[in-house]
Amino acid sequence: MANWIPLWLHKLGSPPTFYRFAGTLRPWAMALALLLGAIALYGGLVLAPADYQQGEAYRIIFIHVPSAWMSMFIYGVMGVAAFIALVWRIKLAEVVAMESAPIGAAFTFITLVTGSLWGKPMWGTWWTWDARLTSELVLLFLYLGVIGLYHAFEDRRQGARAAAFLAIIGIINVPIVHFSVNWWNTLHQGSTINLFGQSKISWDMLWPLLCMMLATKFYYVASLFRRVRTDLLALEGGKDWVRKIAESEAGQ
Amino acid sequence: MSGLQTFFAMGGYAGYVWPAYAVFFVVLIIDTIAPRLRRRRVLRELRSRLARQDARQSRVRQDRASSQPITTPPSL
Repeated sequence: MANWIPLWLHKLGSPPTFYRFAGTLRPWAMALALLLGAIALYGGLVLAPADYQQGEAYRIIFIHVPSAWMSMFIYGVMGVAAFIALVWRIKLAEVVAMESAPIGAAFTFITLVTGSLWGKPMWGTWWTWDARLTSELVLLFLYLGVIGLYHAFEDRRQGARAAAFLAIIGIINVPIVHFSVNWWNTLHQGSTINLFGQSKISWDMLWPLLCMMLATKFYYVASLFRRVRTDLLALEGGKDWVRKIAESEAGQ
Repeated sequence: MSGLQTFFAMGGYAGYVWPAYAVFFVVLIIDTIAPRLRRRRVLRELRSRLARQDARQSRVRQDRASSQPITTPPSL
């Protein structure tokens, strides 16, 4: 294999290079997130027909399900980055893992609250200790645990290593969340979207859902890049490249 | 009811659908604003630290220029 690919990856892992790279991509990711999000909202709230069983209440799906996917996807990214950080001691991987946690926690919180608002009219209860709901709540606690452990140490890098360890152990919960509707008899419905094969949903409802899924992915990239850039400035405070940025970006 | 009113009524589920969307947006807006404020704070701290460093260095140079023997580093 051409060896410029590992070389390029190696360079991208260096903080000043990644800082510039993330700074260039971030506005585009945010613009795509807003555009796709607006299209998805129009498709989901206006164009899509009402559900024959749930009426208009089902429209919560267009934010609930993409948020739930993100809560698991971000945990996966955090787990992989935490693993890389622990094994190869790459500073950028530590930062990516630690800065993913608050975004993941935000999406998990949204999932739980929107699910609750959907559950009340459909199931007649805000909350039930059902396998899907409970494992999603555990996911929120795992995110909060990672954030808390990271900030509990005086030394940021030591905190990141401890929190990365917790993040890796917590990965076990991700398949539990995903398969809980198959493994246990739950009040929560099974999966509607099937990656391999026929989805149990009409195209009018499916495309806004997939569009919102893409929007949340791009949002995550934008939010992560902003957070990582700030963290790199704080971690590399004494270096020359940071001094140049601090002196050039007055008041920003 | 007009079309817009029907839309906002959400078939009687307005009290559930709109708060759900509100939570989604409020949480993501907070997630966008918080790092922005943090970046500003980090840059401000960096700049004041750099200014302190520069001031200290120029003081050391001045002391050397006035040929006073430095026994203890000033203000450390």
